[in-house]
Order: sequence, then structure tokens, then C-alpha cells
Amino acid sequence: MKESKVHGPKSNVAPELPVHPAGHAFTPGDGLDRRELFKFVGASLALAGATACTRQPTEKIVPYVRQPEEIVPGKPLFYATAMSVGGLATGLLVESHMGRPTKVEGNPLHPASLGGTDAFAQAAVYGLYDPDRSQTLLQLGEIRPWSAFLGEMRLVLEEERPRRGAGLRILTETVSSPTLARQLALLLAALPAARWHQWEPASRDNARNGARMAFGTPVNAIYRLTDADVILSLDADFLACGPAQSRLAREFAARRREGASGGAMNRLYVVESAMTPTGARADHRKPLKAADVEAFARSIATQLGVGAPTGTAESGGRFATDSFARAAAADLLRHRGRSAVIAGDSQPPAVHAIAHAMNGMLANAGRTVVYTDPVEANPEDQLESLRALVADMKSGAVSTVLVLGGNPVYNAPADLGFRDAFRKVARRVHLSLESDETSVECQWHVAEAHFLESWSDARAFDGTASIVQPLIAPLYGGRSAHEVLAALSDQPELSAYETVRQTWSGRLPGNFEESWRRALHDGLIAGSAFPLRALTGAALPASEPVVSSGLEITFRVDPTIHDGRFANNGWLQELPKPVTSVTWDNVAAISPATAARLGVANEDVVELSVSGRRVRAPVWIVSGHPDESIGVTLGYGRTAAGRLGSGAGFDSYAIRTSDALWRSGAVGVRKTDDRWRVAVTQEHHSMEGRHLARAVTSDELSRNPGVVQEMGEAPAAGQTLYPPHPSHDYAWGMAIDLGSCVGCNACVVACTAENNVPIVGKDQVLRGREMQWLRIDHYAEGDPSNPRHSFQPIPCMQCENAPCELVCPVGATVHSAEGLNDMVYNRCVGTKYCANNCPYKVRRFNFFHWSKQFRAPSMRMLANPDVTVRWRGVMEKCTYCIQRINEGKIRAELENRRVRDGDVVTACQQACPAEAIVFGDLADPQSRVSQRRRSPLSYALLAELGTRPRTTYLAKVESPNTHLDAEGRA
Amino acid sequence: MRVEEERGRAWGLLGEFETPDELLHAARLARAEGYRRMDAYTPFPIHGLSDAMGFRPTKLPLVVLAGAVIGCVAALGTMWFSATIHYPINVAGKPYASWPMFIPITFELTVLFAALAAVFGMLGMNGLPMPYHPVFNAPRFAFASRDRFFLCIESRDALFDPANTRAFLNRLGAREVVEVEE
Amino acid sequence: MSDVAGSGRRRGGPPVIEPGHTYASVTDKISSIVLSRRTPLFWVLGFFVSFLLAMGLLVAVSYLFAKGLGIWGINQPVEWAFDIINFVWWIGIGHAGTLISAILLLLRQEWRTSINRFAEAMTLFAVACAGLFPLIHLGRPWLAYWLFPYPNTMALWPQWRSPLVWDVFAVGTYATVSFLFWFVGLIPDLATLRDRARRKGFQIFYGMLAMGWRGSALHWHRYEMAYLLLAGLATPLVISVHTVVSFDFAVGIIPGWHSTIFPPYFVAGAIYAGFAMVLLLSIPLRKVYGLEDFITLRHLQNMAKVMLATGLVVGYGYVMEAFMAWYSANPFEKYMIVNRMKGPYAPAYWALMLCNIVAPQFLWFKRVRSSPPALWTIALIVSIGMWLERFVIIVVSLHRDFLPSAWGMYRPTGWDWTTFVGTIGLFLALMFLFIRFLPMISIFEMRTLVPEARPLGKEAVPDDSVADEPEPA
Repeated sequence: MKESKVHGPKSNVAPELPVHPAGHAFTPGDGLDRRELFKFVGASLALAGATACTRQPTEKIVPYVRQPEEIVPGKPLFYATAMSVGGLATGLLVESHMGRPTKVEGNPLHPASLGGTDAFAQAAVYGLYDPDRSQTLLQLGEIRPWSAFLGEMRLVLEEERPRRGAGLRILTETVSSPTLARQLALLLAALPAARWHQWEPASRDNARNGARMAFGTPVNAIYRLTDADVILSLDADFLACGPAQSRLAREFAARRREGASGGAMNRLYVVESAMTPTGARADHRKPLKAADVEAFARSIATQLGVGAPTGTAESGGRFATDSFARAAAADLLRHRGRSAVIAGDSQPPAVHAIAHAMNGMLANAGRTVVYTDPVEANPEDQLESLRALVADMKSGAVSTVLVLGGNPVYNAPADLGFRDAFRKVARRVHLSLESDETSVECQWHVAEAHFLESWSDARAFDGTASIVQPLIAPLYGGRSAHEVLAALSDQPELSAYETVRQTWSGRLPGNFEESWRRALHDGLIAGSAFPLRALTGAALPASEPVVSSGLEITFRVDPTIHDGRFANNGWLQELPKPVTSVTWDNVAAISPATAARLGVANEDVVELSVSGRRVRAPVWIVSGHPDESIGVTLGYGRTAAGRLGSGAGFDSYAIRTSDALWRSGAVGVRKTDDRWRVAVTQEHHSMEGRHLARAVTSDELSRNPGVVQEMGEAPAAGQTLYPPHPSHDYAWGMAIDLGSCVGCNACVVACTAENNVPIVGKDQVLRGREMQWLRIDHYAEGDPSNPRHSFQPIPCMQCENAPCELVCPVGATVHSAEGLNDMVYNRCVGTKYCANNCPYKVRRFNFFHWSKQFRAPSMRMLANPDVTVRWRGVMEKCTYCIQRINEGKIRAELENRRVRDGDVVTACQQACPAEAIVFGDLADPQSRVSQRRRSPLSYALLAELGTRPRTTYLAKVESPNTHLDAEGRA
Repeated sequence: MRVEEERGRAWGLLGEFETPDELLHAARLARAEGYRRMDAYTPFPIHGLSDAMGFRPTKLPLVVLAGAVIGCVAALGTMWFSATIHYPINVAGKPYASWPMFIPITFELTVLFAALAAVFGMLGMNGLPMPYHPVFNAPRFAFASRDRFFLCIESRDALFDPANTRAFLNRLGAREVVEVEE
Repeated sequence: MSDVAGSGRRRGGPPVIEPGHTYASVTDKISSIVLSRRTPLFWVLGFFVSFLLAMGLLVAVSYLFAKGLGIWGINQPVEWAFDIINFVWWIGIGHAGTLISAILLLLRQEWRTSINRFAEAMTLFAVACAGLFPLIHLGRPWLAYWLFPYPNTMALWPQWRSPLVWDVFAVGTYATVSFLFWFVGLIPDLATLRDRARRKGFQIFYGMLAMGWRGSALHWHRYEMAYLLLAGLATPLVISVHTVVSFDFAVGIIPGWHSTIFPPYFVAGAIYAGFAMVLLLSIPLRKVYGLEDFITLRHLQNMAKVMLATGLVVGYGYVMEAFMAWYSANPFEKYMIVNRMKGPYAPAYWALMLCNIVAPQFLWFKRVRSSPPALWTIALIVSIGMWLERFVIIVVSLHRDFLPSAWGMYRPTGWDWTTFVGTIGLFLALMFLFIRFLPMISIFEMRTLVPEARPLGKEAVPDDSVADEPEPA
């Protein structure tokens, strides 16, 4: 729907684009007045100035005294761009206010997004304006001009040319950018003896090697869950983390809704080595130590008749008799061609190969699972690549190493001794957003341009290419990898913009300029997705699974700060992690049983040791975590991340070795006497027998359609003492489908970004003062070793009879004619009575002057000008994004019509990849929200209190296999 | 007599008694004698004295009633006017005129106004504060706030005659009769 | 209770004033406390200490205004804690004064005479302390005037349906009427002091306050009527104030708040706490100032009986809360009471039961009632118990309400304590000033109790309806 607003074709203006931020900040209404703007621009340029020899500040500002025609003060513009994590791009539309990107949305045209986004994308703008970003080019800590760097690179070329680049190494993260790949290819052609290495701690080596195992060539598997009736996840958290998670969540949720409304519902079996959102959504879930997953997969494969014929001696192996395995296998067989087996990236290649084999056997290949060439420009084994690099560095063969992005000193496997080897290299160059652990080991540190500041391109999970176009000039004159590589070419001054255009000139169909503009406008290059490859009959690998014995430790990327690259992103640090709701820390997750065996409780500090390496971590008991397993996430314990990231959590890379990147059986645990306070936003995960997040099985529903309503008593419509107030033309309401929500948290960050919600820090979260307007409640019911989970997003219920309004002594929260529970910040005196009397506890109080954080020059640019920042002592809460409602109403008024369904989209709704949230006009019986309200699954939270909430829920419908109970036992 | 001329006109004659009973007795007789313009001064309220002096019941209760009514009407009126006419706004889906919820404030203001009326009515009727009063000139009058009881027959009284009245008071058993200067 | 056992020797049914007193002796005895030139040492020390605590309050409040409410321990979901606990606690204490003055006056309980004056003063100071909290608990206290009844900003009026606005009127009215009552009672005594003061300064000071009172029969005539009417008005007022305070909770929908039993149960609690505080103060006072003649055992015993009665009502309230939680079959109510008894704050609940239900049972024994140390101890325990009651009602109800996902814990900070202790300091400092500069016992009313005044009429005959039957020790 936002697409209508995309001013793509006009939005190119490459070299001028940089001017936007400065220029438009002149215009009123975005929090920066002219004088302050000059101060800020002056300051940042004073820092970046030296490097900005090619672009003078005056040039930045002057031309914009006259305004570009498509900019209307106060009216945001949307530009399409793309964000890559782990080399895979997600298409985005970024909202720009007077030249400042303030909000990220998904690009509905883009296959990886379809309009939804993940938490990382939502938090990207915070990363852009992060005050701790590196702001200068440094040589040995000295500020140097870009020209000096160019000179250095010229030196490198002169040194290396004679020996054909034998001393030059380039280390990147996973590269899918055609332009970067082209530049590297050119460089390697010029210097054949130079080497390009890739390393990413969360690389997809396992998937690639697994594909190699199965098909002899690394292929890229794409899942089409729309057609999958039965899904088996082998330790794959495909809904919340991994390639195309937003798309997969959308497809999965669509099928759940279809099922809930009478259609055929898909069924999800999950076997996993940790408690993930995907597991929480499973109809049947089996916690299994990572080491056992392969054996489990094999037994299912055998029962499917893959490889060794069934019935033979080793048929099925250890899990041959496992009821879960048998039921899953039977179910898969019943749905040949309409099922999918997905292996997790943290599982060894064999498991991936087995999954491929099963999909082949089940005739899913080509239907629910399709294959293409790898998306990566160079699908190599990154661990081997890094090993080679370290070996070369150790041998002293390397004289220059360029680290383009990434943070290997921090996240390389502990046993490789990367740091020491690295120090042996004479000339070390690092390009990064922050001056991080690697930067401090380098003579040269080049401040990197954020992806919202620079031109580039990238490929999505299916190969679809997008042009990454900047929305703002580099705030600190940062450089992109393209510019750094250009410095090693014969055109050192070539801008990233030109470099990218060169890549695509000739490769775009038709008139280049037109298709270029089209590509920028759409946010993707039509038809650039890789062709499908017909592959079947994958071979079942012969390897024998490790036999798990004793305690194991598993490593995962962190759900909020990924591999550590987002460690200094306040929005993500304060974002409660799914299921545990831990913020600002990572923890050692263990099952209740194991905790009892080890005699540890929450917040006890244990010393984890893997092959002699030690790290101290706080214990967190997670019901549903497999026994005898310790789950830790990566990315914490940073020492040079910035003011927010440094010192948070513990560094699990310290015990992550190259032979055990994802799991190790050789782990020791020693309880210490220390304690480590862990800040969680939800302390209690049981519903106490109250029907809050309601769930029914499809059978129960078919037997009794009224089952959901009967769970609680709601007053009838007319059941009131007082006559209802006349409602005006609109009656806003929201319906949240618990069956769709995958608990990914994207909506929470979206809300934070849209509504200028401040972060409060770990200490204040510990005191229970977090500010997020929207929270995702998590409940775990039943057997603590493997409970049933539910997620429940809780925004303001906008009660028609709002308890908060009644008790406010100054009328600071009152009812609007359209049924909104308005919060009048200016009127609030802060009695906090409303928050006490809110049964849903959705109100948030400014105990301190938290909005101060929007005073830092860069943070000012982050704030959404359409939303007030709240003062100390004032209550605040979800407003249904009233600024968006009014925007929609104004537009409708201009066009002299009513607001149409879908005109107004709240931030949470727009971000949600699973379309769990629907907002609209209840006065319009045709609106989607009205339709959802009529569903037999619809219910209001705590309706018995007579608050008459405008936010209602659709109960979750599960489709368990009748042969199994929810816990997966027969 | 000569002395009186020097002193100027007397305000009244003040007789001092030792017990409430003597005072009551004196007051009754004085009234029977026909004296009207007189007052008694005592260290604490003496029951029956009002009747003995022939005071009419005070109008104070009416003043208090008026205060109560004003408070009640003012409170209800203000709330009703502001909530329904001046600034009607939907609060928690309640009607603009939420009568049951107007009651507490109405009650409080009724009491408040009544109490103020009682106190200031009393002070007003008594003409307090009154920094100066002739009786304070009487040498032993300070004991009126301790343990002595005084009866003062004022010179304004028709029957007042310095000599006769003084004799009369002495006959009533006053320990001492002094002249109160103007 | 050893002290109790040891103090059972006093005879029952002592008079409201020890024999042998005359108008003069009563007058001189009481006024000399105020008029004497030398200030007793204990006064200086006591005042100094309480003044220091009050200064602590000043610091705490200044820091609060500078930094924000975050310096307290409150959070989501417990957004009210010490602030409102202390508010309700002080307001409760502030109930005894007016109650003694008004209701006991109407009931012609003469024994009230010697304690009503400082009980009223206590009321005023307690209400002053209480009134502080609604102000400082605001996130933006400088906007407190928005609660006043006029279209203050953008023509917006207060929101009349909010119990907090009712509080403004209830507490405001109560403070005003209590002050009037107290001051009107003081006028004749101020005149006495005016007439007895030797030093010019005092004469002027008391003279101004006395407003020229001269004890005229006609003035007494109206004065008594005014005083009677005030008593008649204050009686329903004192009942209404804590009723309105209880609405702060009863109007809310939180389990543990939303209860119709609150008004009577709060009023009883207030009287309970109030009399406890009167005992706490009067027992040491009568000792150090040698006022045993005026504040006799009779007074202590009667107050003990009132405490026992109200204590039983409060106990009934606790029992009813538990019963209704079970009887209502409402899962939230049920959980609320279980959480009180077994939850993380269970110790507070059981301590409350100990202080407010068990402790007063000792008052059934005459020996306890006649032993000032025992009474003082029980009064102290009850005061603590009443504070705990508000803690349980406010914090324990809030920290676990409807959605378990939003449950949380509350921990007070040092600033919470400083503020609380500071108000105690303020209260005591004001009390010390009062007993030094104003007659702590109503002189003119005491005169009416002097035997000489008896023959006057039946009103003056001591009403023994509440006196104990004499019994051998």
C-alpha cells in the first residue's frame, strides 16, 4: 500500500542525494532548526571534514536552499532500498522526512519481504544514527584524509604488482553483491596471486556443504510453505531467523489462517536443540540435543524408505521406535509432494543432505522445495577460507590485509589464533561502522558508510537483485567497500554510484536509464531471480551420527543482536528475546531438569569450559530446552562495541572453536558463587489457569464452533447501565490473530521506531520500567520439560469503557469520537493512577527524562517528526499510531471520500511478516478487522471486566496429529 | 463624685463574684430589677446564664444552613455545568452528567461552607476581632479568664444610676464593684 | 507483657480529673507549661532530632523534584507504593482528633476534654504530612493546580469522576474544618494566656490570636452554638474523609481494591490508628509534664476500649476480604488473597495480622488497659500494623493483577525511606512546637470539670457510662 507513495523514478539523483539531509533539515517541523543544523553539520564535518576533500560542506548545503520539487515539508517520501544480513538481502521501503530516513518498512514487491520485515531491518535507522558510530578515517589513531588512504593503497599496488599480489589478502563477509563481486574479480584478475577470503561467524557452510553432499554441487534450497501441508523442521528456526524468514513466516501464517477458517491447515513438526519461536509454533515439538538430530533425521529417512531399505538391521537406528518420529514419518508419507523437510543452519552437513534426500524421496523437490544456484558470489567453505588466511598470515606471506566489514578479531573461532596471526601482517586495513575489536588491531581504520548512506546492490535468498540506494549523505563521510576496492583499481576516485551503474549497464533489459529508474523505484531488478534447477534423487550420506553422551553446548546467533554486529543498537539490545524476554544480556539456557541436576538457579553464574577455554555465564532456566544441553547465543561480551554494546553479556566466541562451531560435547560446567542480574521484561510465564492467550485444536473447533467464546464470559452488547456514547463516522479497531503470530518481535521494534519510544537501559529494565508500547507476552503451559507455548502481542486495548480514563483527575486520558483512548501528554500530571487501574498494564511512565536521548545531534534526526517526544513525569501508551490515522483521514478528505480499508496501517501491522495484526474501521462491516471480529475465534482479553476492548484476538488453532499428544508422546 | 468628673463618663459598673451560682443569682435579680443593658464575663460557659440574662436564641443555625445550601448548590452546579455544557467529553463511556460520581464532592463542599459559615458567623455576630473594649480597663478583669465571674451593668441602661446601681450590685453580694471607664 | 503483669495495681474507674483542683489551679497548671521561661531539656533534644529528620525530608523532596519519580522504587506494575501508603497512613492517624472532639462531644463524653486539644493538633499535623504525598507523588508536581476546580488550562476542568479529585476536596475540607475546630476551641484559652502572660511579646502574640475575647456571656451563648454545630458537621465529615480515601481503591478494578467493604473498614482502621497515635503521644506527655491529674487512667482505658472495638471491626474487614475472595468464585480475587497469604510478600500480610488482630486482643484485660507501658507498646504495634495494612492493600494487590505477563516486584529505595521517616520528623517537630507555645489541654473546658463547677447542672455530672466497674486488684 505504501508503494503508491514511492517516488522512485524521481528519487535517483545520485550525487546530489547526499545533500538531502542537510538541505531539508532547514525546513520547519523536524526538530532541527537552521542554527542547530549548522552546528551539527559543522561539527560532524569538522570531524569528517579532513576526509571530505572531494565534497566541501558548502556544496552540501547551498544547493538545497531551493527545494527539490517532490519534497513537501511535513510529507514523508519513501525510497526503495535493500538491507543485507549474512549476504542475503531483504527489500525495504524507507520513510524519509525532509531527507532524514526515520522508518523502515518492508517492500511488498520484494520476494524476501512481501511487505513484512524482521527486527533487524526495523532497527536499521538506529544503527544509522548511532552516536557511537566511527566518524573518521584513522591511521594509528590519527585522523587522516581520504587522500592519504588513497596514497597508501597506491603504495600497496606498487608493492604487489611485481609479485602479482602474492602479499595481498582481502577478507569480507558473505558477498552476494554483484558489484562487489565484479570489483573483486577485476582486482584478482589484475593481481592473480592475491586472495579473497570470506568469513562470517553465522555462515551457511553447513547448508552449502550439505547440498554438496547431496547433489555434488552447492545449491541453494528455497522452501514454498504455501504448498506444504506437513513441515518437519530439523532444528531449523526458519520462522524467526534464517534466510527469507519474513517470507516463510508469511507463507506459514497464511496456511494457519486458511486452516482456522475451515481450509486445510498445515502441520508443523519441530525437532530442535533449543527453545525457538518456530518450536513454540509447532503442533508437535520434540526437544532434542543437537547431536541427536542427525540420528533422528536418519530414523525418519529410513522410515520414509530413503537409502537403506526399511526393515534392515540398522533401519531407523536409535529413534526407530520413537513415536514422534513414526508419526512424523507417516504424516510426511501421507503428504508426498505436499510436505517439506527443513534442516537448520547449525546442523552438520549430513543433516542437510538427509533433508534433501527426504524431500527428494517425498517428491517435494520441485514443488515445496526448489533449488537454484547459490546466491553467494563465491559459495566457498568460509571456515576453510579463514583457516587458509590465518595460515598464510602466520607464515608471514601476507603483507597487506584488507578487512572489508566484519569483525574477525572478535568472532573468529577461538582456536585459530586469528589475532596473533593478524598482528604478523605488516599492513592491516579495516572498514567498519564502528571502531571495533578488529579496528583497534589495524593501522588503518576506514569509517564505513551505512547501507542507508551508500550505493550498492545485493541479492535475495532466490537471487533477486536489488539496488541499494542511499537515503542520506554519509553523516560522517563514511566509505563503502566499493570505494575502498576502487582505491585499488585504476580508477581510485570512482564513486560507488558509478561503480554500481557500471555493473548493471548492459545487464538491464531495454533502455538502461529507464530500467535503472524502474529498478530503483521497485527496489528490485525484475527477472533477476535465479532460474530453478531440477534436482532430484539426492544421495543419503553414509556418515554415522555422533552418539551424544553427557552435557553438550550449542551456539546460535542471537535473536536480537545477531552475531554481535547489532550490539550497540539500543532498540535491539532492549528488545526482549523471544520466549525468555531477556534484554541486554545473553544467557546460558538450560532445562529445568538439568538445572536441578547441576543445582543451579536463574542468575547463578557458571563457568563454561570447552577444551580448556573458559567463560563465565549466567544461567537461565528455559522450559522446553532439551535436557543435558546448554544453549548460548553469540554476539555479546563485546569490548569495543560502543557505549551500549561494550560489556553487555558474555563472549561465547571465546569458547567457540573451529571444530565445534555450533555444538560441542566436550563442555564442562562449574557453578560459581557469583550472581548476575538478568533483566527480563516478563517474570512469570504461566497463565495461572486464566484464558488469556486462547488456543484450540482444529478438531475441538469443528466439534464446537463456540468453544473459544465459552472459555470466558463476555457481557452482551446491550449489557450496560449507561447508554453508549454516539460513535462518529469511524470506529477504529484492531484484531490480532494469535494463530499467525510467530513472536519474532518485529512489531515491537517497529512501534519503538514509529513512536519515538525511548530506551531505558538494563538497570531500569531490572526495575521494571521498560517503555515499549507493544509487548509480546509469552506463556508456557503444561509439562515444563516440553510445554505448549503461546505468543500474545499486547498493544493498548483502547477500551470503550476505559478504566484508566475514569480515574484520571485531570482528564489527561479521555475518549475520542472514533473510539480511541487518547492520551493527552500535555495534560498529564503523572498520578500514575491510570496505569494502576489498567488491567492490561499497557501504560508506560516516564520515571526519568528519557526523551533526553533524542537530544544528541544524530539522535534528533532519528526521531519521527509526526510524534511528540514525551517529557519526564508523563504517562504514555500505544495510540494505534494516531499520526497515521490522521494522515490517512487527511488524504481521504483531500480526495473527498471515506478512509478505505487498508488506507491506515499501524506500524506494528505493517512490520508483521505474518500478517497477524489487522487494523481498520469497525463501522465498515466489510473491513478486514470487522470480518475477523465476526470469526468464531474472536474474543476480547479480560472481556468479563466489561472494558469492551477495541483490540480483540483470534484464538490460535492448532492441528495436532491425532496419534500424538502435544508433547509429542504417543 | 469629684473623682468621677475627672474620669469622664463611666461605661458601666462591674461587679465581681466568686462562683457561677452567685453570678447566676445576681443576673436573675438584676433582670428582675429591670436592668436590660448588662453583660456577664466568665472564664467558661455557664449553663443557665443565657436564660438568666434573657438572651434570645441565636440566629447562628440559620447562617450555617445558608452556608450548607450554598455549598451544595455551588458544587453540584459547577460539576454539572462544566461536565455537560462547558466542556463535555467522553470519559470511560460514562454519561456527561455522572450524578452518582458528583456526590462525594457535593457532600464535602456542603460541609465546608457550613463550617465556614458557623465560625465566621459566630465571630461576626460577636464582633470579633475586637482589639479594644472598655471592660479591659477594669483592674481585676484579667481574672475573668481565670476564676472570677463578673456582671457588668452598662451606663446605657435606662435604669442606670451610678450610685443606685453600685448599691444594687453590692446588695447582690458582689465582692467588689468597680467603675468601668469609657 | 511483663510490664502489663506488673502494672495491674491501679484501681478501676478513676475520675476524669483528680480531686483537689480549682479553676485557678487548673488554669495555672496548664498555662504555666506554655508561659514558663525555661524550656525543658528533653524538649530541646526532641525538637532537634525531629527537626533533623524533617530536613531529611526536605533533601529527599528536593532531589525528587530535580531527578524525577525514578528515584523511588515504584515501577510497572507497582506505580503506587510508599507515597500512597504514607498518605493513607497519615490521613488515618489524622482521624482521632476530630473524632474525639466532635463525636465524643456530641456523645457528651466528658473524658474527651483533657485529650481533645492535642488530639486535634495531632490531626492537623498528620493531615499536613498526608497532604504532602499527593503532591510529591505527581510526575509533574508543578502542575498540581490542575486538580483545582476551575477551567485552568485550555478551558479544561478537573475530571470530577476521579477519586483523586474527590480526595482533593475531602482532604482539603477536612484540613480546613479541623483547623477551624481547633482554633475556635483555642480562643478562650488564648485569652487566658493573654491575660496571664508576663512578657510583652507574649501578651501581644496571644492577644492578637485571642481577637479580643473577653468571655462575655452573650459571646459564650453563640460560641457554644457554633462549637456544637461544628461538631455536628465534623462528625459526618470525619466519616466521609476516609470513605473517600478508600474510594481511591474501591473505584479501581484491581483485585484487592475493587471491594465495597472498603469504606467502613477504612474508617474503622482510621479511628484505630488515630487512637493508637493519641496513646503513643499522651502517655509520654502526661509523664514528662506531670499531667496525670488531667489525663488520668480513665482516659487511657477508654481509648484502649475504642482501640479494641475498632480493632475488631478491622479484623472483621480482613476476614471478609478473604471470605469474599473465596465466596465470589472470582479467579482473580481468589488468586489475590492466596498471593497475599503465600506470595512473595506473605511476611507483610502475616505481620499485619499479628499487629492488628492479635496484639489488640490483650486489651480485653483490665490489667493491660491500666498499664501505660503496655498500652504504649500495643499502640506502637498497631501503628506499625496499620502501615503494613496499606502496604498489603496497595503494593501486594498491584504487583500481581490480571495478566501474569505483567507481574512484577517492588523494592523501596533509600529515598522512599528518607521521605517516610522525614514526614515523621516533620510531624513530631510540629507537635513539639505546639506543646511549647499553645495549651495542650483545653483550659476552659477543664474548668467545667472542676468540682466547684459541678452544682451547676446535670451536664456537668461525670458520665460514667464508659467507666469501669470498680474491682479489687
